[in-house]
Amino acid sequence: MKILTFFSLFSTFLSANSINVEENAGQFFSSGHTNNWAVLVCTSRFWFNYRHVANTLSVYRSVKRLGIPDSHIVLMLADDMACNHRNPKPATVFSHKNMELNVYGDDVEVDYRGYEVTVENFLRVLTGRLPPSTPRSKRLLSDDRSNILIYLTGHGGNGFLKFQDSEEISNVELADAFEQMWQKRRYNELLFIIDTCQGASMYERFYSPNLMALASSQVGEDSLSHQPDLAIGVHLMDRYTFYLLEFLEDIHPASKANMKDLFKVCPKSQCVSTPGHRTDLFLRDPGSALITDFFGSVRKVEITMETINLTDLIKEAEQNPMNEKPQKVTYSYVDQLPVSEIIHQKPKQKDWHPPDGFILGLWTLILLVFFKTYGIKHLKHIF
Amino acid sequence: MATSEVERRRGQLAALSIAAVVIMVGVPLWWRTTETYRAWLPVSQINELANMQLQLSADVEVVFARGTVTPEQQKKVPLTQTQDEEHTVDENTALRYRYEIRYRTATIMEEDALDQPTAAEADLSLHTLSESPCGSLVVYVIPESSSLLPEDMDVYIGQRRTALLRIGAQMRVGRTVEQLLAHLEPRIKQVLQVMSFSHTDITAALSDRVRLSPGNKESIADSMRAFKSSPGYEITFSLLNPDPKSHRLHWDIEGAVQTYIQPLLTKLAPVANFSLDSQTLYYAMLGVNPRFDSSSSAYTLNSDSLAHVINPVEARLGSNAASSNPVLNFLLYVPDAHHSPLYIHDNKKQEVPSNAFHSPRWGGIMVYNVNGFYRPEAVLPVDININMAKVMGVFLAQLRLLLGVQSSTAPPGFLMAPCGSTGLADWELDRLMWSRSVENVATATTTITSLAQLLDQIGNIVINDNIAEQVSSAVTSLQLAVAELEAGNLGFALQYSKEAIMASERAFFDPSLLHLLYFPDDQKFAIYIPLFLPMCVPILLSLLKIVSEARQKRREKQAKKD
Repeated sequence: MKILTFFSLFSTFLSANSINVEENAGQFFSSGHTNNWAVLVCTSRFWFNYRHVANTLSVYRSVKRLGIPDSHIVLMLADDMACNHRNPKPATVFSHKNMELNVYGDDVEVDYRGYEVTVENFLRVLTGRLPPSTPRSKRLLSDDRSNILIYLTGHGGNGFLKFQDSEEISNVELADAFEQMWQKRRYNELLFIIDTCQGASMYERFYSPNLMALASSQVGEDSLSHQPDLAIGVHLMDRYTFYLLEFLEDIHPASKANMKDLFKVCPKSQCVSTPGHRTDLFLRDPGSALITDFFGSVRKVEITMETINLTDLIKEAEQNPMNEKPQKVTYSYVDQLPVSEIIHQKPKQKDWHPPDGFILGLWTLILLVFFKTYGIKHLKHIF
Repeated sequence: MATSEVERRRGQLAALSIAAVVIMVGVPLWWRTTETYRAWLPVSQINELANMQLQLSADVEVVFARGTVTPEQQKKVPLTQTQDEEHTVDENTALRYRYEIRYRTATIMEEDALDQPTAAEADLSLHTLSESPCGSLVVYVIPESSSLLPEDMDVYIGQRRTALLRIGAQMRVGRTVEQLLAHLEPRIKQVLQVMSFSHTDITAALSDRVRLSPGNKESIADSMRAFKSSPGYEITFSLLNPDPKSHRLHWDIEGAVQTYIQPLLTKLAPVANFSLDSQTLYYAMLGVNPRFDSSSSAYTLNSDSLAHVINPVEARLGSNAASSNPVLNFLLYVPDAHHSPLYIHDNKKQEVPSNAFHSPRWGGIMVYNVNGFYRPEAVLPVDININMAKVMGVFLAQLRLLLGVQSSTAPPGFLMAPCGSTGLADWELDRLMWSRSVENVATATTTITSLAQLLDQIGNIVINDNIAEQVSSAVTSLQLAVAELEAGNLGFALQYSKEAIMASERAFFDPSLLHLLYFPDDQKFAIYIPLFLPMCVPILLSLLKIVSEARQKRREKQAKKD
């Protein structure tokens, strides 16, 4: 009897182990994506919104560290912090007090900066309706097997997000943009993170499949900032993004942490606001979606088993001595502007011109006043 | 009293005429000058296309060699058969496969060709006799006793569009033609599945339109690996040299591309345009540290760490800023002298013979060890000429996989000829063209239907003439492509489907179609009310006054009469 139970336990242990191996192999293809993209947008400008730029740049750093290359990141910032006149440490943007971590550095590639960060450009990037002259680095060239991470931060309200203090994007427009992306199969799965006041209102209207959304606060709540730095004089980070980054610091490219851990980031005790998430449109179980499915870029690889046996020899490029030397076209510069001559020229003698209208009018006015005051009989003294 | 009556009359006339002018002239004028320009779109045709009924036709010629048919059977042959197979994929999509099979006996010259000692030579001489058009097949039925095929193989698939099928032993005397054909039918179907199109391939090509539930792992991996259909691709060959102090590498990339890769790309010209470039990167390391394996005294990369190799390198690879075409990267990595030789191990800890791996929809990496080319005491840096034939053999195989030329495992009893010097057999090209045409047609129809839906929903988007033109030309090309697929003209079908997809993409991604640029209705009201309301209020009030006065008069008249 004991042997039987022992045997059955052993066999279940073995079968569980083999299921584990199968699962590992299955997980390889369970996510269904082959490449990763990230669209990181900071919608604020001006010095007192330093923390929004620091938020975006910190997420940018993490995403790059976990493997997504610059060519797959579309970064939209007003970019007026690092070289702002009020920045006591120029060319830096710090994300931690005591200036521990400079997130600006020298390899930040901002794709849309300054006044280019508009609602129109953001929607154009998402839907792909960019003018043909747009370079590759400013486009979101995703396909139906791309997982996209979209991170928005700034000032928001119930159902809208303020862009650059002059316009706003509503949750309906955002939902429509995602639907157009889905129609054209521009994403496999999309993770939407928003760190603004009343952020949960922005994902209320989504209706396309395969979307997962996280927000830093519910409708009616404000997202708060984390810590001011007394030397720089502004708040450096928002609370939600600060704890999000702390969580991401523990993730490395081979980590198996999943989305359920991400939902636990920044509970109410730390964040003061209540972070929310929405997973009803996501077709997979969030527990099976890895963090690196969106934040990192883990490539799938297959071993190349077959090769082709090539036996032809490379043909040498024929040297043809019969041909004359090809005529070398000599190029030359256009005549440059003779700057030195211009600088050292003597000023030309100007021809005399009769006085123009203004002077004539002024003199006429003076004469009129004179004759009005003193009478027309003085005219003979003039003429 | 009369004057006040006249005045009142005049006032009424004035109010009425103002109202008349406003309604007859003003309102139409305002309407015409503020309506958005929406060019006409062929909406009914688009809705027709949304319901996709595709028919794929393939021509097959079955040639009976001497010894496979009896003289009585021979009298009934030649004959033609048409077979249809219907599949319903979902409520909007239905597929029909039509096979036109013509049976005939072999000519004298074909018999001579089949007399060759090996199947490969027979294939070659058969090809010199006749060239089959794109999309068609010829199956030669050879007798049981033929020595062309080895004992356990029944079918030989050649490099062009021919196959050799060995008839079974039972087919001897006394069978009718119908029984003979019935015996051959499943075998010919099998050959068609391999050489022409199979239901799984076509449904995989429809994945844009129909989100199918994932099947087994192989089908998921296949659909993820190949690039989606695109009008152009860019191929970049990169040589990574992390140790220029020890190795001075020379690779004749231009010659190698010209000799090995260009023939394949020329053959694939009807499918897509390709642009090639190459580069050399120095001091480019792999992101992973290889482990030293003392049993083979070599450095190894195991399969788990391969996934992390690509990302650090990708940051240093450039890409063409001007085009938005997908990029295929092929990297040749020569390990540095301290980490040579470097071998890739699969998950069974076995050495991979090709020493290469590829990533779906990205490209491939091959590790090329050069420590065997020089002695340890040689003077560094050493000049090394890379054997481009070996390298290009691997890259060509990876290129085939990434472009979707499936080398699926052959069914049992099938012997495949190795693909020719171009790296692509004719029937493989046909397969690719079938699945690309279907994919293009599916993608173009979804694009056009969703564009029509979008323009319908948002009533105030301006539809310019060029968008309407693109949509019309896309619809025309789609109809032509479907018609050509039905007729079996594969080349034309692919061309029309490519035109359709380019026109539909250009129409869908036109920069003027951003709904944000047009005013929502509540903003329009906010603009018009301050302009029109103050003007309309006096007119309306005076009209009301006229009506109430007229009513009063009529009541007075009634009272007078009574």
